Amino acid sequence: MTEIHHLHPHRHPAVPDDDGPLGYYQALEVAVRELLVEKGIFSGDDVRRAIEAMDARTPAQGARIVARAWTNPAYKARLLADGTAAARELGIDTAATRLIAVENTRLLHNLVVCTLCSCYPRMVLGLPPDWYKSRAYRSRAVREPRGVLREFGTVLPEDVEVRVHDSTADMRYLVLPERPDGTEGWSEERLAGLVTRDSMIGVTRCRL
Amino acid sequence: MRQHHDMGGLPAGPVDRREHDYALWEKRVDALMMLLSEPQRQLLRVDELRRNIEALPPDAYDSMSYYERWISAIAHTLLQRGVLTADELGRKLAEVEARGTAG
Repeated sequence: MTEIHHLHPHRHPAVPDDDGPLGYYQALEVAVRELLVEKGIFSGDDVRRAIEAMDARTPAQGARIVARAWTNPAYKARLLADGTAAARELGIDTAATRLIAVENTRLLHNLVVCTLCSCYPRMVLGLPPDWYKSRAYRSRAVREPRGVLREFGTVLPEDVEVRVHDSTADMRYLVLPERPDGTEGWSEERLAGLVTRDSMIGVTRCRL
Repeated sequence: MRQHHDMGGLPAGPVDRREHDYALWEKRVDALMMLLSEPQRQLLRVDELRRNIEALPPDAYDSMSYYERWISAIAHTLLQRGVLTADELGRKLAEVEARGTAG
């Protein structure tokens, strides 16, 4: 195998925008992209469209799923039975990955991690936060989840069971957080405003 | 033997909760993965991406940023599949570096 990273004579710092000098891997991205465009495998417009589509995938999509499940017991049952189909009902396509929704209750708290890489429900929530991909989170979430949760300000009573889900390339988990007390009669839209990205990863809970 | 990327359960420090907004070049790398994986192309499987990331030596795995690992793995996959040749990639890379811009 050509060791691309070994061809690199010295390391450049990551460049935050495209105005500065190109780092090696940024140049590699440009080179690969231009060659693929020249070969007609895709066009520059395809790349722009793919970026726009990814930018449009945000935690607001997940919040719509959660708020629907909170207000519609039949939808919630469908979501827990088949997350992929329930997302599709709301116009959210999870592509080749299977979506599995796991429900938090008074006695059960779910936490999602990907220890081997960074599998994340990206088609629902968009791109993952940096810490989700970090060594510290990936290593510790499965061994000492309560300690990790505490770092996110989430302190769970001892009698609450913590269940950690290790994602795979094909199976992506979405936490269905507990609906906060005091939200009786709220509209779906207003409820969706309470649902944060972190609560759908399981590192925090939804609050008023 | 446990491989370097297989870090579940190992001791580690506190979670650094700082986040950064993805740069345009990182989004482009992401777009390349999405486009190459689409059913009409099928030029990249997620397993290939992972295998080529996991094949990185530990020091490279740790020192490269997330999307640096991705573009490296995408390029390896395209070379392995023969979609690109090492020669043409090397030439194009030299051209881009000489030009010095993403445009």
